[in-house]
Amino acid sequence: MKELSLNILDIAMNSVKAKADTVSITLTETDETFSMSISDNGCGMKKDFLETVTDPFSTTRTTRKVGMGIPFLKLAAEQTGGSFEIASKHESEYPDSHGTVTSAVFNKGNIDFTPLGDIVSTVTTLIQGSPDIHWIFSHITPKGEISLDTSELKEILGDVPLDNTEVILWIKGYLEETYSEIE
Amino acid sequence: MKSLAELAAIKEKMQNKVVMREGSSDIRVVVGMATCGIAAGARPVLNAFVEEVNNEGLAGNVSVTQTGCIGICQYEPVVEIFEAGKEKVTYVKMTAEKAKEVVEKHLKGGNVVAEYTMPNA
Repeated sequence: MKELSLNILDIAMNSVKAKADTVSITLTETDETFSMSISDNGCGMKKDFLETVTDPFSTTRTTRKVGMGIPFLKLAAEQTGGSFEIASKHESEYPDSHGTVTSAVFNKGNIDFTPLGDIVSTVTTLIQGSPDIHWIFSHITPKGEISLDTSELKEILGDVPLDNTEVILWIKGYLEETYSEIE
Repeated sequence: MKSLAELAAIKEKMQNKVVMREGSSDIRVVVGMATCGIAAGARPVLNAFVEEVNNEGLAGNVSVTQTGCIGICQYEPVVEIFEAGKEKVTYVKMTAEKAKEVVEKHLKGGNVVAEYTMPNA
């Protein structure tokens, strides 16, 4: 992946596939580190699957037997001297608290650190693809904080769906402006 | 500054439109967004479709949706176009620029951009 925002998009797609109704994407930056956490209340994974999930030959894909999403993110974090972690509770064992949390820490000063890239496109792509999910995005940087919660937008929009193209373009413009303010 | 008042204005506008465009979209644009698609550049392709469909005023009868792996990862980004009564068109190795052209020529003009379609299909 050329940008971390693409890894984030890819990992959040797993939450969509796990039928989560709420997904939080939390990015926390200091001058030295970049941390990300994607947490959902989807179906979760059973222990034996969870243990193999960082292996590229472990996948939920039906088109072929290799899944690269999680190994890509783990590699991207570890090659900067950072860390990767995934925790999950499967719905069969935890009917009231199931879900998955995928997190990674990167050292920004490392030569192998991949820049975040176009995170705004990642957020709009996720909302456009799954407008019924409650998306909570926040990005805390040393210069300021950006946040978006789709439940607040839904309150204003009423029956108009979040994947309406004008709404998506408004979200894009809104996030771009908020980012330009803290830069 | 983008304000929430603007969002409320979009709502007003859309509610008036809903009455006019009942039923589902005539044309469905489906972008493959699995790991293979994302790594190959599907995100800007999807966003170009969303933006151009809106700019060309086609949002009423064209819907842009996402799907998982279509199964031809070597051809990603892959975009499929479904239109009632017509055969499915599969565009391969797409870019944002090609997407703009497809909106203009195919979705608006009704002519398939053959050079971007799946070879031997």
